[in-house]
This record gives sequence, C-alpha cells and structure tokens, in this order.
Amino acid sequence: MTQLPSSTTRKLGLVIDLDTCVGCHACVISCKGWNTENYGAPLSDMDAYGGDPSGTFLNRVHTYEMQPEQGGAAQTVHFPKSCLHCEDAPCVTVCPTGASYKRVEDGIVLVNESNCIGCGLCAWSCPYGARELDRAEGVMKKCTLCVDRIYNENLPEVDRIPSCVRTCPAGARSFGDLGDPDSDVSQLVAARGGYDLMPELGTKPVNKYLPPRPKDTTDAIDILAPFLEPVAEEATGFIGWLDRALDALPASPKKGSN
Amino acid sequence: MHPAPSVILFTALSGLGFGLLTWLGLGMPDVTGTVAFVFYFIGFALSGGGLIASTFHLGNPQRAIKAFTQWRTSWLSREAWLSLAALTVMGIYAVGQIFFGERLVLVGYVGASLSLITVFSTSMIYTQLKTVPRWNHPTTPMMFLMLSVSGGALLANQMDKAALLLLVSGALQVLTWHLGDGRFAQRGSTLESATGLGHMGKARQFEPPHTGTNYLLDEFVYVVGRKHSRNLRVIALLCMSIIPGLGLLLMPPPHNAALVFIVLHIAGLFASRWLFFAEAEHVVGLYYDKR
Amino acid sequence: MNKHVQPALDTSPKVSDEIRQTTCYMCACRCGINVHMKDGQVAYIEGNRDHPVNKGVLCAKGSAGIMQVNAPSRLKSPLKRVGPRGSGEFEEISWDEALEIAGGHLGRIRESDPKKLAFFTGRDQSQSFTGFWAQSYGTPNYAAHGGFCSVNMAAAGIYTMGGAFWEFGQPDWDRAKLFMIFGVAEDHDSNPIKMGLGKLKKRGAKIIGVNPIRSGYNAIADEWVGITPGTDGLFILALVHELMKAGKVDLNYLSQFTNAPVLLNEDPDSPENGLFLRDKDGKPLVIDRATGKQVAFDKKGITPDLAGHFRKGGVTYRTVFQHMADRYLSDEYAPDAVADRCGIPADTIKRIAAELAHTAFNEAFELPIEWTDFRGNKHKSMPGRPVSFHAMRGISAHANGFQTARALHVLQILLGSVETPGGFRFKPPYPKPAEAHPKPHAGAQPGKPLDGPHLGYPQGPDDLLLDDVGNAKRIDKAFTWENPLSAHGLMHMVISNAYAGDPYKIDTLFMYMANMSWNSSMNTSGVIKMLTDTDDNGDYVIPNIIYSDAYSSEMVAYADLVLPDTTYLERHDCISLLDRPICEADAMADSIRWPVIEPDRNVRPFQSVLVDLGARLGLPGFVNDDGSAKYQDYADYIVNHERRPGVGPLAGFRGENGDQAGRGDVNPNQMQAYIDNGGFFEEHIPTEASYYKPWNAAYQDWAVKMGLFDAPQPYLFQLYVEPMRKFQLAAEGHGTQQPPEHLRQQVRQKMDPLPIWYPSAEEGADEYPIHALTQRPMAMYHSWGTQNAWLRQLHGKNPLYVPTKVWTENGFQDGDWARVTSPHGSIVVPVALQAALNPDTVWTWNAIGKRKGTWALGQDAPEATEGFLLNHLIHELMPPKGDGLRWNNSDPVTGQAAWFDLRVKIDKCDPPAEAQPAFPEIKSPVGRGPQNLTWKVGK
Ligand SMILES: Nc1nc2c(c(=O)[nH]1)N[C@H]1C(S)=C(S)[C@@H](COP(=O)(O)OP(=O)(O)OC[C@H]3O[C@@H](n4cnc5c(=O)[nH]c(N)nc54)[C@H](O)[C@@H]3O)O[C@H]1N2
Ligand SMILES: Nc1nc2c(c(=O)[nH]1)N[C@H]1C(S)=C(S)[C@@H](COP(=O)(O)OP(=O)(O)OC[C@H]3O[C@@H](n4cnc5c(=O)[nH]c(N)nc54)[C@H](O)[C@@H]3O)O[C@H]1N2
Ligand code: SF4
Ligand code: SF4
Ligand code: SF4
Ligand code: SF4
Ligand code: SF4
Ligand SMILES: [Mo]
Repeated sequence: MTQLPSSTTRKLGLVIDLDTCVGCHACVISCKGWNTENYGAPLSDMDAYGGDPSGTFLNRVHTYEMQPEQGGAAQTVHFPKSCLHCEDAPCVTVCPTGASYKRVEDGIVLVNESNCIGCGLCAWSCPYGARELDRAEGVMKKCTLCVDRIYNENLPEVDRIPSCVRTCPAGARSFGDLGDPDSDVSQLVAARGGYDLMPELGTKPVNKYLPPRPKDTTDAIDILAPFLEPVAEEATGFIGWLDRALDALPASPKKGSN
Repeated sequence: MHPAPSVILFTALSGLGFGLLTWLGLGMPDVTGTVAFVFYFIGFALSGGGLIASTFHLGNPQRAIKAFTQWRTSWLSREAWLSLAALTVMGIYAVGQIFFGERLVLVGYVGASLSLITVFSTSMIYTQLKTVPRWNHPTTPMMFLMLSVSGGALLANQMDKAALLLLVSGALQVLTWHLGDGRFAQRGSTLESATGLGHMGKARQFEPPHTGTNYLLDEFVYVVGRKHSRNLRVIALLCMSIIPGLGLLLMPPPHNAALVFIVLHIAGLFASRWLFFAEAEHVVGLYYDKR
Repeated sequence: MNKHVQPALDTSPKVSDEIRQTTCYMCACRCGINVHMKDGQVAYIEGNRDHPVNKGVLCAKGSAGIMQVNAPSRLKSPLKRVGPRGSGEFEEISWDEALEIAGGHLGRIRESDPKKLAFFTGRDQSQSFTGFWAQSYGTPNYAAHGGFCSVNMAAAGIYTMGGAFWEFGQPDWDRAKLFMIFGVAEDHDSNPIKMGLGKLKKRGAKIIGVNPIRSGYNAIADEWVGITPGTDGLFILALVHELMKAGKVDLNYLSQFTNAPVLLNEDPDSPENGLFLRDKDGKPLVIDRATGKQVAFDKKGITPDLAGHFRKGGVTYRTVFQHMADRYLSDEYAPDAVADRCGIPADTIKRIAAELAHTAFNEAFELPIEWTDFRGNKHKSMPGRPVSFHAMRGISAHANGFQTARALHVLQILLGSVETPGGFRFKPPYPKPAEAHPKPHAGAQPGKPLDGPHLGYPQGPDDLLLDDVGNAKRIDKAFTWENPLSAHGLMHMVISNAYAGDPYKIDTLFMYMANMSWNSSMNTSGVIKMLTDTDDNGDYVIPNIIYSDAYSSEMVAYADLVLPDTTYLERHDCISLLDRPICEADAMADSIRWPVIEPDRNVRPFQSVLVDLGARLGLPGFVNDDGSAKYQDYADYIVNHERRPGVGPLAGFRGENGDQAGRGDVNPNQMQAYIDNGGFFEEHIPTEASYYKPWNAAYQDWAVKMGLFDAPQPYLFQLYVEPMRKFQLAAEGHGTQQPPEHLRQQVRQKMDPLPIWYPSAEEGADEYPIHALTQRPMAMYHSWGTQNAWLRQLHGKNPLYVPTKVWTENGFQDGDWARVTSPHGSIVVPVALQAALNPDTVWTWNAIGKRKGTWALGQDAPEATEGFLLNHLIHELMPPKGDGLRWNNSDPVTGQAAWFDLRVKIDKCDPPAEAQPAFPEIKSPVGRGPQNLTWKVGK
C-alpha cells in the first residue's frame, strides 16, 4: 500500500560516520553478496565480463574532495549512500502498484517485487539515487535494511544486523532505532551532530550522517605544547645536559668515576 | 533525464489523442458516420497508442494491470483510471456518432473533461517530482494541457482556434523555458547540500562509486550541450507553434496544407518533449557531480 | 483513510544449509571466513567473528570471493604450449603428461647442475613449504616476492628491533593517543588496520597521515602531511633532531633496552673502528653508571651509562648515543634545513615533534603489571608511551627505503614506544633479533640438497653469497655487494638476469603465483621481449618456463607448461608460524584452508603437486627410506611434517590427543581439529608477558614453551647496526672480502650503521620533475581482482591523478589524455584532477590495466582499452650514469625494488583510440565469460 503509515513504531536506520569511513567498499560488496542471495531477485550484472559492465548495487560509495574556502589543503571524504528510509518517502506514494511500501513496525521502505511493474517512477522521485531498476529482472531494487537479517531467527543474535554494518572494518556504520532518543544510534547522532541529506526536499530521512571532525587544525596542541625548548645547541652542551638528566632519573645511582 | 523514446512517444501522442477527443467531445467538429469514424480512429489510435507506448519502458509490463490499484496516492495510477474512463466514455459517445448519428451531448462533455483531466494527470506524474525542479512547477501541467488542446484543435480541423492556441502555447513554451532554466539553482540543492559537507568548503567529486555506468547515470544524468539545446528550442518553437500558428492565421489553408502544419506541429512537439526530458536535471546528478 | 496494509514477509528465511569456516585468500591478510553453503555450493561469505585477524569484518574482496571461485577465468586443465610464447595457444594435457614433463626437466637439472633451476614463488603463502622443497631440491635460486615488495620494511625492522611493522607487529590500537602513518594505502594487514583506525577514532586519538596522496587512511587522518616522495627519512631525522635537541627522549628506556649505551671503538685506523667493544664472550660492553666500570650489557643490576666514555691504549670509546648526538644535532637535520626538500613547513615539523614529545612524555601512563627483565631486575609496572607509528611501502619502495625505515624505528625507540603500552607491539614469532634468523645459503651440488636455508640475515661480508672470484651465486644476485642485505631475494631481477645469462644461464624458470609478464615486473614490455626472445638457433633464450596459476593471467601465456591450481576454497593450506602467521600482539595464532568445495575442473593444488614432484624426484624430506612417497598430498605434509622435533607447520592441537599447543607430537586428527575450531588456532600470551617482550623473561619463557624458539633470546634494540659497519669497514679497505671498486663508494655511504638520508632517484630531476606513484585500491588485489565481476565494476579503469598545479599548467580538462614520459619510455593515458595531492606528484591505482584477451574478459574491456600500468615507465636498471655500468633500480642495501622512485614529465595530447602502449590480444585459453550474471545459488 503506497499510503505512508501515519507513524511507525520504530525508525530503524543507519548512522554513517564520515569521519571514520576509509572508502573501502566493503559495505558495497557485502550488501551485493547478501542481497544477491537473499531478498527478491538476485542483483544482476549486465555485460559482466565485457566492455561496459553495469550491475545493480544497493549501496555505493562516492568520494568527494572539499576545498576549504579559507585556503589550506583540500580534504577527501568517502561517502557511502544507500536508502535513507525516509519518513516522508516520496518513492512510496508515487508507486502506482503498491509494490513500494513503508513498514509500519519499523519504518523500513521496501519493494514487493511481485507487484512491481518496473515503471521506475519511485527511482525518479528519490533524491538520493537509492533505487536501481534491475535490468535482468525489471523490478526495482533498493536497500532492504536487511529486513531478512535483522529479525532472522536462523542467525545468531549478534548477527541480526545489516550485512554492511556487520562487515564494515572501520566501524563507520551503526544500526539502530533512530526514533528512540535513548538508543545508541540516537545518542551518537546527538553527540556528533548527525545530519540529514538534502533536508530542503522534505523527505525526512531516517539515516543520519556524522560529519568529519575538523581536520588539519592545530589549535589544541598550540596551547598544550609549544615548540620544544632546546636543552643544548650542539653536541658538547648536549652531553652536559645528558649527564645531569641521567643523574635526575628516578632509579639513577650516583655517578661513579670513569 | 534520459529522453527515452517510449516516454516521449507516450506523452506526446496521448496528449494529442486526448486533445482531439476533447474537441470531438465538445462537438467540434460535430461529425457522424465515416467521417466521425476517421476522427475517432485517429483520436483513439493516438491516445491508446501512446498509452501502449508507455508500457514499453516497464520492466514487467505483464503486471501493468496492478498500476490501477494506488489511485489514492499515485498520479500514475490515477492516470491509468482516468485514461480508461476517458476512453470508455468517449467510446460510448463515438459509437453514438458513428453508428447512430446521434450526439450524446452530455456524454461528450463528460468525455471531453475526462480527456483533459487525463492529460493533466499525465503531467502531474512529472510535476509532482521535487527531484526534478524544472518539472516541479505549474507550468508543466499548463504546458501539457495547452499542447494537448492546441494539437487537438489542429487535428480536429478547428483551424482558427488552433492558430490562436498554437501561438499561445508557443508563448507559454517560451515562458516555461525561461522560468525553468533557473529553477534548479533557485531550489538550492547543491553538491554541498546533497552531502551536507558545505561547511568544509567547495565540494567536487574525486572518484565515482564505480568506474562504469549504472542505472542512475543512464536514467537521470543526461547532459545536453547548451548550444545544441538552444538550436533545438528554436526548431521546436518554429515547428510546433509559430509556423503552423501564423500559417493558419495568415493563409487559412486548403485541407492538404493543413496536413503539412500537422506534421510540422508533431515534429515540433517531439522536439519540445525531447527537450522536456533532456533538459530536466535530477538532483541525483549532484552526487555524481554531473547534471 | 483506510488501514495501512502490508504484504506478509518472511523475515526469518533460512540463511544456508551449513557454514564452513576457512581462511580468505582474496589477499594476504588471511581473515577468517564463514562460507555459507546451499546445496553444496557457496552462497554467501561473511567474516568469522571469532577469528583473531578480522573478528567478523570482511573487506570488499573477501565478500566478493564467491565471484572469484566461480570466475570464468579459472584454468581448467594442465596446458602445454603449442603456439609461440605469448600467443596464448595451448593444448590441454593430462596431469600425468604434465608431471612427466615437469619431472623430466627438474630431474635432469638436479642431477647435472641444480642452480639451473630458478624457482620463484611470488605471492606465496606457503613459503616455509616451498622453501623447504627448494632446499631439498638443491637449487640456490629460490625466493618469493619479498624483494620487489617490501623487504626494506622487513629488513630494517629486523636489524633494528627484531621485528617489523608489516604484518609482524601492530600499534597498540587500544592505548595509543597519537598515531602517525607513513606511506600506507592498504597494507597486508588490511582489515586489522581499518579496525584499529576505527578504534582510534572512537577514542578520539589523533591520527597524522604522512603521504603525498590524501586518500583512504589519509583521508580520515586528522592531519595530512603531503610530503614530497622519497624524503620521509629527512623528515623523520628532523623530528629526531628536534627531540634530541630538546632532550625529549626516553633515557631510561634507551639505557636499559637498546644499544645506545654500548661503547664504540673510535680509532680511525683500527679494523675495529666503529665496532662494539666486547668482552671475551663477545658480549657488547657498556659502562655501569653506578660503578663506572665496563660491564657486559646484560649484567644484573647495572645502569648502562648513555654518556659513558673512556680511553684505553690510545683508543677512545664512546657510546652509540653520543655518536647519535654528534650526527642528529647537526644543523643538517634542522627543520629549517629540510623543510623545502620535504615539502613540509619547518613549523609543522617542529610542532609535530612537540606533539610527539607531549603525548609520549606528558601523557605517559603505567600499567600495573609486574614483570622481570632479562637482567633479572624486577619492575613494578609497565610504563606506557601512547605514541604509535606504522609505515609501509611509501617509505620502503624507494632506493633509500631501508635507511628511512631504520630512521623511523630509531625515532620510535628514542620515544621509548616500542613494546611499551600505547606504542608499537610485536606479534609472535616476533620479537626475534637478526642474529636469531638464519644466514643465507647457496651451497649447491648435483643431486644434493642445499647446504641450508636460502634466505636470511647476513652479519657481515663473510655471509655474502659470492663465489671465489666474487661472482654472485644466485641468479637474482641477492647477497652481493650490490645489495648485501637482500633478505628476501630479488625476484624482479630474475628474468632479466636469466635473459642476460648474468651471472649464469639457467635452464628452467619455475614460477608460482606471480604475474611476472605484467604487473609485478618493472619494464613490462622489456620483460615480454626477454621471455619471447630466441637465440641464434631459434631457441628461447630462457629455455623452459613452467608456471602455476589458478587463472588466465598475462603470465600464463608465456609459460611452456601451465600447472593449473585450485582456488582458495578448493584446497588445503596452512598459514604457519614457520612462515608469516596470523598472530596478534596478545596471542599466537595460525590457521588453515581446507576444501570447502571440491574443484569441478581438472586442477590440482600446487603444493600437492610439489609434494608429488618431490616424491618423483626422490627429494630428501619427500620420500621414505624405501624411496616411497612420504606424503600423500599437502594436507598430509601439513599434519605430519616436523621441522624440529615437536614443531611442525601447525602449532595448534598437537600431541596425540590434540591438547598441546606449540610443541607436541604429530596429531593425525589435527586438520579436523582446526576445522572444528573454525579454521584457526589461537593461544593467548600471559598478561605479565604482554609488553616489553624482547626483554621480558616471562615472554621469553613462554615463547620457548610454545616452540617459537628453543632458548630465551633477549636482546637490545640496535639503534646502531654493527653488521652494517662491517660492510663499511670492508669498503674502507679492511678484511679479506672486498667490494669491487665500482661499489666501494656506494657501500661506504649506504651501509651506514646509523640512519642516514640520501636522495633517491635524483637522476634527471630537472627533465623529469614529477614523482609518479601507484596505490593499491582497497577493493582490488593486484591483477587478480579484475576477473571478479563485482569488483571490476568498482575499478574497471584507472586515470592518472594529477595535482592542481600540473593540471592548470597543462590546461587539462575532464576527459583529457596525456603522454607521460620517464627516462625509460612513455605511455598515453587518461588524466583526472586531485586537489589533495602533493603538487609534484601524480599517481594511479596499481595493476588495473590488463592485457587484451586475458582474465576471460571481452576484448573491449576498459581494463585493456583505458586501464594502464605505470610499470612500462619503470626500468629494473637505472638510466646510464656514464660510468659504463647499469645500476639496478633497487635499494643498495636490500635490493628492494624502488617502484616509487619513478620520475616523469607530462604533456597533454590527443586522446588515442586506446591507452598506449597497446599490445596484441592474447588468445584466451579459457574462453570468455558469460554476458550477464544473475547469480543465485538457493532457489
Ligand atoms: N607499478 C607498480 N608495480 C608493482 C607494485 C607497485 O606498487 N607499483 N607493487 C609490487 C608488489 S609489492 C607486488 S607484491 C607485486 C604483486 O604482483 P604479483 O605478484 O604479480 O601479484 P598478482 O597480480 O596478484 O598476481 C599473482 C598471480 O597469482 C595468480 N593467482 C591468484 N590466486 C592464485 C592461486 O590460488 N593459485 C595460483 N597458483 N595462482 C594464483 C593470479 O592469477 C596472478 O596471475 O606487484 C609489484 N608491482
Ligand atoms: N586491497 C589490496 N590490499 C593489498 C594489496 C592489493 O593489491 N590490494 N597488495 C598487498 C601487497 S603485495 C602489499 S606489498 C601491500 C602494500 O601496502 P601499501 O604499502 O599500503 O602499498 P601501496 O598501495 O603501494 O601504498 C604505498 C603508499 O605510499 C605512498 N607513498 C609513495 N611514496 C611515498 C613517499 O615517499 N613517502 C610517503 N610518506 N608515502 C609515499 C603512496 O601514496 C601510497 O599511499 O598491500 C597488500 N595489500
Ligand atoms: S565498509 Fe565502512 S569504511 Fe568501508 S566504505 Fe563502507 S562505510 Fe566506509
Ligand atoms: S532514500 Fe529514496 S528510496 Fe529511500 S525512502 Fe528515501 S526517497 Fe525512498
Ligand atoms: S518501479 Fe515498481 S516499485 Fe517503483 S514505482 Fe514502479 S511499480 Fe512501484
Ligand atoms: S542495510 Fe542491507 S540492504 Fe541496506 S545497504 Fe546495508 S547491506 Fe545493503
Ligand atoms: S583483507 Fe579482505 S581479501 Fe584480504 S584476507 Fe581479509 S577479507 Fe580476504
Ligand atoms: Mo607486495
């Protein structure tokens, strides 16, 4: 049903830490592997070994360069992006078949592939490029938030998290209930100033991004430790200092004679 | 946006078809028998053909029937219902005129309204998309409706009305382009807002997520050269409105010259519709630093 | 409004029939994996949460393993060449025939002159086995890929501190507060480094990335130091200068645990000049500050005096530390003097020195763990220095890399941050000093095994592998005056030396797992010529080439006989403590691979093939007394082979009942025990042994108990490397082993026992002003990632990244191409802009470019049409210096290939049809991959 539920019990989603993501693409491929084998049709790859390979992926990592306006070195930011499970998901309401829907219990936005006619309209309405039409199956594909993992009783409890979160080597991805202000993810968002992508479009994404911490700043250290004071200007002076310093060592015996 | 032939055909032809049906429903011209058959054949062929063309871009057209279910929220679903209703009502009306020489005036008015609302709902599929600022504006339905009624008038042989309408739609087209050109920028979505990293400075893409292409790039990122698009705009405007409009106004034509204007108009319409897609920029292009 | 309705959804679908736990080999990190099986097929691969290496996480390559074991590029059968070399024309033959051909060559050579076999094993993870095989066979010509990879890192670490970064040690991720990472894009320890960086980030520790390129790890570093390539040594020594000058060094640590207080002979005329003063047992002497007496360094209760000195018999003796002060306090190393050359502002260098000192000393802490040192002194606690470092090929793949890596280790040691909490920690079997490693051997005789292990750590000129007239004994000229400490051999010189017949001609080149006609060679086009060139008789100059690969690589096309290997999920392997194990700083660990699926092609595991060949050739160690085969296959060897009594390839589950760790009798059920344990074995280091391991009696005893070594071997960190001084002394004219005249100056300068810096790749700096580098993409493994349908979409082509300065100078625009020229050749490639890049540096992703026709790809594959290699621009020899000699493009100490010394110039040019040079297509021995993939195993 493409009407959005008026509210959802929980707001499950991801928090992505741009300060920690090294851009390794582990989440991309893990997602590809899990979702090829699980929910719905496999994620296909067209011209897989040829000149123009293009496959379906539910999660992609962009890399941007930021050039500070005040000058200074440019900064590189890795930017993973998958469905943000928006509260006001336009992709759901545009769907003519009811294939797209938002789950009332957890807010996950899903495509029921057996109803999907592959019109593409939902992808048109998504600002984030989070939906891709699978070219082999002709159905719309998107991040399922690993709905077939997070409640899966055939998995050990610790593994009931999205595949991309489980695999991320740097720990840059967190999963949880962003509707619960006391959850770990909500606390993280609060502590680190998590934000929405393209808020101007009113989609109210559930997923949040944590901004990179300020880089190349030297404020802290300038107060704590100015440049080092020399103890000596050349080697002979240094040996004098050394003698005194050795004597001052806690465990130092009194210096004998040579 | 990728100017897919199927969507260009669909929107242009069904618009023309429903435009023609609208005029017929209003009794302009008031025809019966074989002549009526020819008019209705053209009207139904265009609107129905356009709708069929629209299924060509579906991944799973065999399930198209499911598109009727979500009329509460989906303009595409509404369009399916409305076009079905319009065609049914106009079908009844047509049967009356062709076979019984009878004009069911009220049915005609209802059919004409439904035809126009269908065109409106088609346009709303595009208009509703906040992701494509160029479309996300009242000029989109105005444009669709104007082109539908002016092209319909041309086909319905309502030459004096057509002349006027064509010129007005030409003016509207110029306005639409003019207003549309700056809208992406006005809406304020940038790579900085898309990434939320604006506080760090000016953003540019360093590496794309994949070295090859993908569905998103194929579907949403179509970069049309500025010069190319200017030229095409002139051609579209001339063919679609100015030549047929002025032509009809200045030298009310013999019937076969009208055919030339119709062909010109349709060519212009295709060009305009191609530009409608090709010039429309989807915000997702921001993430690829391409629009 | 109607009620919200949703389709019914099974949120608990069955995940798989069974999980089989083995070890990943999409790269050399060797993570533990859970292979989910459905209907006997691999359905999904995830990380093993219990595994010591990856603790559940998995990288992109690891998750894409399913596309690797099913790749259409897999070889299907033994191949015999029928067309000319390089054509790719083969016929499929039986294993019997293949083994007969191989056995024929190998047997003939062994009986006549075993050195005519060159056996080099590339990215081998079974070096303790292949080395053992080669030693039994008797050829001196064996090594794996270390020489072109990162021997500088390994050798500098082992000579200096008895262990290296690489995967032999790790930062104390849980306690470090300041972490500096030099020249690392990915490294072997790929997942652990990422996990560690994640931990640092969680704790808010500061990360400083020193790298000309700001990508990957450097992108998340809190501070980026965009150094000019090849100048790290200078930067590091400037930090040393600042710290020493400010007295910010750990005097206590230096005096107790390093050779800083050891006395050096200063008599300029003595053959002992610069050597340690030793007692009659050969123990280095220090002055005890309490008594003023000269005493052996390891005497209980002494306080070795860093400022000690005395004169005896007209000879002055002063400590290593005073020599260091002489050198590093000099203005030559002042930040202001090095700033321009390094491309780092002097103030930045000074500030970083201050930050290091601040964190090491003002944020020092102590762990309340009591321990006893090797002198028998008891310590109440373990002082910590929360400053840690890591480095890899960015510093090591330069011709000054050995000395640069040494400089970095010296810096760590001055801060007292090696093997202390918060600093850098070894992983078993390290720490292990250079003297505890074998020395190199090359004593070959017909029909006999070699007289000892091939590779090792020379302690002086006497350990070089030279014959009576000074010629190299090894085909790669390892352990000669050109590169005396070439501890890993020089695989990158094998083909060109064999081709030149210098030092001698060989008969058969036998290689395993190295794409030597492509991305692992310098001068790729030249190598292709060497492999295909014929002599006057029309015979190939390199007569026979046998090669084992699992896939249709570029190198396959140049072999006469191809032995097709299995994929990593189809074979037994052992990641052994005798080799490069998977230990953690807190635990010793090793692991296995086992066939979680059976091969569906006519392929055999290469190691099992070697076992078979070993038996056919009657090699000692591979046959029983009656001449029958000793081992059925590699698995049999893994379980039953003993290197020393009670010590075998696998340390876990030893003894009859499988309850012994480290040492113990052979356990016939050992393999199953590993499988049952998730494919690995792990034994934790006792808490009192967790730090200060080189000097910690508890650790030493534990290590002996575990069979890591046979007697405790505590040692001092070698700030001053005495063996290097011995080579220098020879170059100064002392001793009988003398370097040839043309190398005398080089040896004297480069074998400095205290770290120095010298410019690498100075030649042509004016004409070729730009440094050209490569980086490993995190999601690709060298050439072999390309055959993977998922991974190749991430990196299907590679632009040359150009800094803003070069970009604007050339007026480049997106989509442009450029000609890139080095003293050796030129290539034409696509360019792209990167702002966060050193202004004099360009770079590209490594090994993306492919030869047409390989890896079962379509001939229009972007890897072949747009992808490219920088290797064409890099020569294994330096440009002529006008002295009539061709110097090799390697570190003069270790022979490490100097990949990153490449200098180029760049000119915009018209886009060609394809990246240049373009090579003719190779005929694919495996056909082409399918058009589309819709992969799903379960129904
Ligand atoms: N320009 C430039 N060149 C470089 C470097 C650089 O930084 N820049 N780095 C250098 C370094 S450090 C290295 S280590 C080399 C690496 O270069 P190579 O050692 O050539 O590594 P790969 O490309 O991985 O190729 C190894 C071969 O092993 C084969 N293989 C894969 N799996 C198996 C298997 O299970 N069994 C068998 N038998 N074969 C298998 C692959 O098909 C491939 O042909 O490259 C070097 N070349
Ligand atoms: N994903 C993946 N992992 C791999 C491999 C792979 O192919 N793919 N290969 C494995 C192998 S064989 C090896 S040897 C390791 C190598 O692991 P790394 O050492 O990380 O190898 P490179 O990618 O060569 O990275 C070298 C880094 O040094 C920087 N650099 C170059 N010159 C200088 C310099 O002068 N100073 C400084 N400070 N930095 C410099 C480069 O910019 C680059 O970031 O990776 C291993 N791990
Ligand atoms: S796995 Fe983690 S670190 Fe790697 S790209 Fe994804 S989010 Fe970033
Ligand atoms: S990110 Fe896109 S696909 Fe996901 S809920 Fe929001 S609009 Fe829909
Ligand atoms: S593509 Fe499928 S899910 Fe998307 S709008 Fe069309 S029918 Fe709905
Ligand atoms: S939550 Fe699952 S489906 Fe979504 S990106 Fe992560 S792995 Fe893919
Ligand atoms: S780092 Fe990746 S490819 Fe390498 S062993 Fe681990 S999971 Fe496999
Ligand atoms: Mo390497």
